[in-house]
Amino acid sequence: VTRDPKALTERTIGIGGLVLAIAAPAFFSEYWLDVILTQALIVGIAAASLVFLAAYGGMISLAQTMLMGTAGFMIGNMVTTRAGGESKGLTLGWDPTLALVLALVGTTLLGVFFGALAARSTGIYFLMITLTYSVIGYYFVGQVTVVSGFSGIAGINQYTPPFVGDIVNDRNRLYYIALGVAILVYVAIRLLVRTPFGLALQGLRDEPVRMSSLGYAVPLHRTLAFGLSAFMAALAGVLLVWWQGQIAPGDIGLQSTIDLLIVAVIGGLTRIEGAWVGALAFILINNYVRDSWLTDLLDTVRIGGSFNTIIGLVFLLIVIVSPDGLMGAWDRLWRISRRGTGSGGSAVTAIPAGEKV
Amino acid sequence: VSQRLAQLDARRRVPRLLVALLVGASLLYIVVLAEPSPEFGGNWRTTTFGSAIDDWQSFARTLLNGLTLAGLLFIVASGFSLIFGLMRVVNMAHGSFYLVGGYIAYEVQQKMTGAGFTIDGTEVNTWEWVFPALVAVTVIGVVGLAVQQVFLRWNQGQELRQALITIAISVIIADQVLAHFNDGLASSVTWPGWTNRLVALPLLGIDYSVARLLVLLMGLAVGLGLWLWLYRTRTGMVIRAGVDDRQMTSALGVNIQLTFAIAFVVGSSLAAFGGVVGASQGAVAPGQDGQWLLNSLVVVIIGGLGSLLGAAAGSLLYGLVFSFSAVYLPTAGNNCCTQYSIVFTFVLLALVLAFRPQGLFGRFS
Repeated sequence: VTRDPKALTERTIGIGGLVLAIAAPAFFSEYWLDVILTQALIVGIAAASLVFLAAYGGMISLAQTMLMGTAGFMIGNMVTTRAGGESKGLTLGWDPTLALVLALVGTTLLGVFFGALAARSTGIYFLMITLTYSVIGYYFVGQVTVVSGFSGIAGINQYTPPFVGDIVNDRNRLYYIALGVAILVYVAIRLLVRTPFGLALQGLRDEPVRMSSLGYAVPLHRTLAFGLSAFMAALAGVLLVWWQGQIAPGDIGLQSTIDLLIVAVIGGLTRIEGAWVGALAFILINNYVRDSWLTDLLDTVRIGGSFNTIIGLVFLLIVIVSPDGLMGAWDRLWRISRRGTGSGGSAVTAIPAGEKV
Repeated sequence: VSQRLAQLDARRRVPRLLVALLVGASLLYIVVLAEPSPEFGGNWRTTTFGSAIDDWQSFARTLLNGLTLAGLLFIVASGFSLIFGLMRVVNMAHGSFYLVGGYIAYEVQQKMTGAGFTIDGTEVNTWEWVFPALVAVTVIGVVGLAVQQVFLRWNQGQELRQALITIAISVIIADQVLAHFNDGLASSVTWPGWTNRLVALPLLGIDYSVARLLVLLMGLAVGLGLWLWLYRTRTGMVIRAGVDDRQMTSALGVNIQLTFAIAFVVGSSLAAFGGVVGASQGAVAPGQDGQWLLNSLVVVIIGGLGSLLGAAAGSLLYGLVFSFSAVYLPTAGNNCCTQYSIVFTFVLLALVLAFRPQGLFGRFS
């Protein structure tokens, strides 16, 4: 049991948040639960796969949206049938449970393959290579019309495995599934980074050359980590198609890729919790600022433009002022508030990912 | 030891064999195997045009299309590569500079000719193309300088943060383009009238568009200009020294900040110039910023970051693969409208990454 006041505070907030999340259907409106909270959980899982790579592997991956979409498109192609409307895609009509397993495994394998290709590059090179993956994935589903076509695949959430059940009408059910998966992903990451593999990963984040001399297979570790993050992204992708019922090339376009990066950066690239904090913040801004006075302000001051200009400005501000996001701001706030009392507080262990020169 | 060496040698031969096999198979397909598509059905040999032997003219035209695309790719990607090579800044707003450059030229040309939405080629003289291009290049050069001085000067060495900052800038620019340029509609700049004709190329036996040849020529001119600048002038010498060792160069009393600023202005201007050429060749439209960011990335990842020769080689390979795979891939049966060309772009990228992660002409820093 820790006596560190900061860890205690965080744990209290975390448990409080969890209790609130479990009880949420009791006192949040249906719209809030479905549109805000469920979406935040799903986007948070995708962002967590990005933050996991960044915080513990020192790799900023922009391919997570594409991997997420891969799982979504795979499941969409496999479960939908031609009956009941003209669905696009291959309309294989396979068993949903089989499709779920195949989508998760397939996406993970794709992640291992992509990871192996990029594993010898680090830092900014890795970012560029994964960005090309992402854009190529977008053009692939856009151009290869047999698997998607421009308008994408619809009606996917009618076909779910029996243990998932009816999520079209029972949205609370989907919320709890998303919550369960999010908790699983979070706990899995926390446990994983304490295993020998996780420690080696952090070692090669900081000192790749030294780890290599010690006999660690650096590219192999990076590849496996990328495969793991692909699996998490695949989970998010499956939840995404269950949530929105459809998937289209636009869901994995450059805009979505950048949006996910913004979510991760708003939350903070150094701590896993940040993924969900960032997702909630982003979705709240997205829902409540979009048509508010802020957007009108742009016209008033004669800049013009839409909500995206504001998102861009917010993102710019965060990167300039607090590059480690809200979680970084929280760490700093804690340090400042503790400075006077002299009790110290915890040393900030988080290393800004990828910032090492 | 000799056994181990032989093993290593064998392993080194694998990539060459694989690449040779792929290139050989593609050439065989294009030159001999491909068949023109029939009215109905088709098989794996069916392509848009027949093989090079059957239909030499289409082959020659595809080749030239690839080369002209490579010219445009080089104009844009060399700027990206120059900025990265010297400053280690991955300018994610490079595609946005391309887009805005094209739109500025469009607006200026509209003002100059006073014509409507589409301008007839005969109404545009050379100056009415050159001047909009100059305006676009200058404006984006200044914008690039401002971005570098305001956002990238104080955080040198923080590569990731700089990339994130330029991503934020590209998000803002993309939205502002929608709001301010031609209602976000696709817009094209018109080539001067004298380029709007075909010229007979006796060696290849085809007629080909003068405007497209002009693009190729511009690519070559930019390449030559950059080479002369980098290898024959004092500024170029300083830039090359900076690429190799930034700290040592500045320790020798060179004003490295000035060099950075110059390189950023030139790099951004090249993106804008590419945008003007691209808008003249086709059109600029919202969303192309991402496409041209991808193009620049692919070219420099293939060729090697920060290398002029690499940018040229990358453009050439990418341009040819793109152009040929669009035309010479099987288009059989019910897959009539599917385009697989992006797959080949990826194959090219994957081969380079797997066997030469630093790029064809790149060096590890």
